[in-house]
Amino acid sequence: MPKADQIILIGGSAGSYNLIVDIIEALPLVFKPAIVVIIHRNPKYSTRIEELLSNRLNRTILQATDKEAILSNTIYFAGPGYHLLVEPDHTFSLDLSDFIQFSRPSIDVLFESAADSYGKECVGFLLSGANKDGTNGLLHIQYQGGKVYVQSPDEALIATMPESAIDVNKEATVYNNQEILSYFSRLK
Amino acid sequence: MVKLTTSLISFAELEEIVVLLQNASGFDFSGYSKSSLKRRIQRIMDLERMDVVDLKNAIINVESFQGFLINEITVNVTEMFRDPKYYATLVSEVFPYLETYPRLKFWSAGCSTGEEVYSLAILLEEYGLYNRSFIYGTDINSVVLETARKAIYPLKKIKTYSENYIASGAKNSLSDYYTARYDAAIINADIRKNILFSQHNLVSDYTFNEFQFISCRNVLIYFDLELQKKVFDLFYESLSEFGFLCLGSKERLVNHDIISKFKVINKEFNIYQKIK
Repeated sequence: MPKADQIILIGGSAGSYNLIVDIIEALPLVFKPAIVVIIHRNPKYSTRIEELLSNRLNRTILQATDKEAILSNTIYFAGPGYHLLVEPDHTFSLDLSDFIQFSRPSIDVLFESAADSYGKECVGFLLSGANKDGTNGLLHIQYQGGKVYVQSPDEALIATMPESAIDVNKEATVYNNQEILSYFSRLK
Repeated sequence: MVKLTTSLISFAELEEIVVLLQNASGFDFSGYSKSSLKRRIQRIMDLERMDVVDLKNAIINVESFQGFLINEITVNVTEMFRDPKYYATLVSEVFPYLETYPRLKFWSAGCSTGEEVYSLAILLEEYGLYNRSFIYGTDINSVVLETARKAIYPLKKIKTYSENYIASGAKNSLSDYYTARYDAAIINADIRKNILFSQHNLVSDYTFNEFQFISCRNVLIYFDLELQKKVFDLFYESLSEFGFLCLGSKERLVNHDIISKFKVINKEFNIYQKIK
């Protein structure tokens, strides 16, 4: 698999998990970008999300590892306990620096570094959640020329995260769940 | 147009700052992972309310700023008995080998404020190995080493450390090894005795001894593959035959040829033994 020329980021927290599963199910088998999912998870419990989803959805879902190339047609999850960053040579790196928005991994950290590294080829989705992580990250993606989408607060189980992003970033596109799923099902 | 609320520098500006810092201070950050380094520098610019011109100016013209910057750039997150199961694994899979040596030398590379060094010392004490052991703790950052030498930690942190210690399957209570007063605790002198902390830069400094055990946990994630290779070579040269190398839980030797000279002792915690 070649390195991905485009990266699609999905950030979520409380109340986003089911939609993320639906998104992965909606994806076609072959698509060009890399997809990176980041959800807040507690490092004290080994959740094995990647393994569970890989088995359940019958497709390969990887945990992003340090210094690994970001590949086309691949779904990654950010692991617990470390910030996940994207490098300008389109590899991942990990970082144990301070919590951002009470979170590590933080959505802002991933989104900002991916925006800086992929420019207009970076797309960000922000879903349901109970804090403000992701707001700055989406701003960064737009600043670098990428596109950003926010789950409609009406449909988000916990609206704090989408509301915060829309509040700060008036130009963000607000999608309901159906529109989000349709975006991913039409991905090439 | 979108407006950012935090500092942003480009990767080209980052390169310029790295070169400037190298010329002005001799510290070479060119092998560091770029995005993480960029974040750290942007954070300092936010804290100090500097733009990139101010920053470059301060690097060249403000004498104390270089030291400040180098200490702020490095990440210093550590805990006593962090990853408790790692310590349990040391006891079950590494200590039986170490018991066969008459003298033991340990190197904790990138030891930050010293918690890992004291954790190791406590464990060695509990298994009757500490009297024949000496631990070197090194870091690039002179400020954290001062804290490490003092061995005084806030009681708030000690609470987490105690939980970690218990989770590692420990024999005693962590309070057997420190003395608390007001809101801080000092590690007891009999644990502090066989330890030396000193400054060492993995990027530019050479080996300084031969060790039976080297731990370097959560340092290599900040380095690119090329610098990782250089550091692995340094560790290889610094290890005695059948010596152990312990990395962080996300740091693996797999990307490097040198793995052929090591045996994997534990995959989950990335514990390796030099065999060639």
